Amino acid sequence: MDLFEYQARDLFAKHGVPVLAGEVIDTPEAARAATERLGGKSVIKAQVKVGGRGKAGGVKLAATPDEAVARATDILGMDIKGHTVHKVMIAETAPEIVEEYYVSYLLDRTNRTFLAMASVQGGVEIEVVAEENPEALAKVPVDANEGVSIEKAREIVAQAKFPAEVAEQVAEILVTLWDTFIKEDALLVEVNPLAKVASGKVIALDGKVSLDENAEFRQPDHEALEDKDSANPLEAAAKAKNLNYVKLDGEVGIIGNGAGLVMSTLDVVAYAGENHGGVKPANFLDIGGGASAAVMANGLEIILGDPDVKSVFVNVFGGITACDEVANGIVQALQLLADKGEEVSKPLVVRLDGNNAELGRKILSDANHPLVQRVDTMDGAADKAAELAAAK
Amino acid sequence: MAIFLDKDSKVIVQGMTGATGMKHTKLMLADGTNIVGGVNPRKAGTSVDIDGTEIPVFGTVAEAIEKTGANVSVLFVPPAFAKAAVVEAIDAEIPLAVVITEGIAVHDSAAFWAYAQSKGNKTRIIGPNCPGLITPGQSNAGIIPGDITKPGRIGLVSKSGTLTYQMMYELRDIGFSSAVGIGGDPVIGTTHIDALAAFEADPDTDLIVMIGEIGGDAEERAADFIAKNVTKPVVGYVAGFTAPEGKTMGHAGAIVSGSSGTAAAKKEALEAAGVKVGKTPTETAKLARELLAG
Repeated sequence: MDLFEYQARDLFAKHGVPVLAGEVIDTPEAARAATERLGGKSVIKAQVKVGGRGKAGGVKLAATPDEAVARATDILGMDIKGHTVHKVMIAETAPEIVEEYYVSYLLDRTNRTFLAMASVQGGVEIEVVAEENPEALAKVPVDANEGVSIEKAREIVAQAKFPAEVAEQVAEILVTLWDTFIKEDALLVEVNPLAKVASGKVIALDGKVSLDENAEFRQPDHEALEDKDSANPLEAAAKAKNLNYVKLDGEVGIIGNGAGLVMSTLDVVAYAGENHGGVKPANFLDIGGGASAAVMANGLEIILGDPDVKSVFVNVFGGITACDEVANGIVQALQLLADKGEEVSKPLVVRLDGNNAELGRKILSDANHPLVQRVDTMDGAADKAAELAAAK
Repeated sequence: MAIFLDKDSKVIVQGMTGATGMKHTKLMLADGTNIVGGVNPRKAGTSVDIDGTEIPVFGTVAEAIEKTGANVSVLFVPPAFAKAAVVEAIDAEIPLAVVITEGIAVHDSAAFWAYAQSKGNKTRIIGPNCPGLITPGQSNAGIIPGDITKPGRIGLVSKSGTLTYQMMYELRDIGFSSAVGIGGDPVIGTTHIDALAAFEADPDTDLIVMIGEIGGDAEERAADFIAKNVTKPVVGYVAGFTAPEGKTMGHAGAIVSGSSGTAAAKKEALEAAGVKVGKTPTETAKLARELLAG
């Protein structure tokens, strides 16, 4: 889960990383009081999870509380690269910046370890530094069990060649930033820029944090950080039903079991769609190993509720789960939806293979539901589902 | 022969006495797996009757090894306790730990991986978030259905459970030497490369099927390894061409970040290494058949 800047700022502050004062608001009028609390002037910063907001006009200075309201009015509701601004941060104006640095910790998947990255060339996108001037970006592996002590932090500082007068300050910040990374179960903590201001103090001016959703069992506060305003309503509804769902922009609704098989199903449908007017998958939905009637009904309800969906492809491989149970699940799910008074009017193509496939297919044939078609191969069923979606 | 697991493997189950552990212990026994014990400190000294087989429960992995000579542990321990369970297995120096558990925090996986390294890598870790591995006709350590296929000469390594089953089913008439599900998390123990190296060295494997998916660069590195070190034919499949950038697709590790981790890049890398890559699982199976037929 990627966080907004203000949420990252809050987590930095919680773990002792020096940041500027600020608060987040979602109405223009609130900018006045917030700016007054900061002594009468402020920076208004759009909160969007995408880079380049400054260039897009999403960061403005306000010299008075009135001006803060005007700027907040401009920025709230603005569209930045497809992201609508729902919140702005009213931040303390930064003292004069002398130098801009970069520091981060992240998961290095390739080497299965954590990595510290640091550079004295901050304030620009770090990918650009890595590309154009790789020797200016220090990359130091961090052992997950040893972590970052002040000695390790000094090693990172030395490798990145920070100037002597800020070295110790940056090392101390690296220790507090490591605390943020570990204690919040983060996948990424990044400060850019880490700024040296005229007084000589080093402050985190902007940052990014991404959190591990698998750690929510020990991070009860993280749920509140979810961006419910921008969530797709179908994704939010699926999440409330504990379904693993991602909305896509096509027309063929997909239900399957197992993440890999569902990803593969999306691809196979997209290929089939090339022969049927370019129809594409409408979603990712993994109902997992169990595939009970209740879960199937929940899944079907979400997918049939998507106005973009023209046909549905249910692709199940019976592993431990037997296909007769899955077939019964589909039949019962359609009945459940009918009992709830929901109109099921979109055609379903079902492919069952694996454990007890014959029994499962027989159950579907016997049920003889007018909207359900059985196709027994994955490629064939994908083609049928695409054809039905294109015909609608 | 087979890789990592055979008829002589003595298997213990950490988390055997939970509902999932019991269900799958029963299935593993039915597949002929030599299950010699379970581990649960609160039930040490008791035993569990599974379909007429008495399975003793030990307090620790070390004790189970001492009493039974176990050399494989399968873990069905819930995410919150998984790190401690894997660390215990590493401390007991069990040669193979198969971590089935889904939903382990990545800081925990990174920590137990680093711990295994610091202890000299005496324990091969498979997973987490994986279906385990099977050597058909000999032993099954995990949740792969044992009756999909029979012993044969194809080796399979895959990030995905259900795609493993699908591929075993497509090629069920030919059969498999071993099939290894390595898991879909960002940090896993055994990699595609480890399994490829083992299949290359296994005299009973004639062809290798490798299944990958979006996220990370494991497939690209595997392609490089194949080009340099694998002489046996390899057929590949990659899932996730239609996955949007920045969205996690079911598996915690299945995410395209910016321009990295895409299915297209993985397919390209594999093809550049001489691997035939199928567009669909069925087409991939067909490619394997053609290569085996010569």
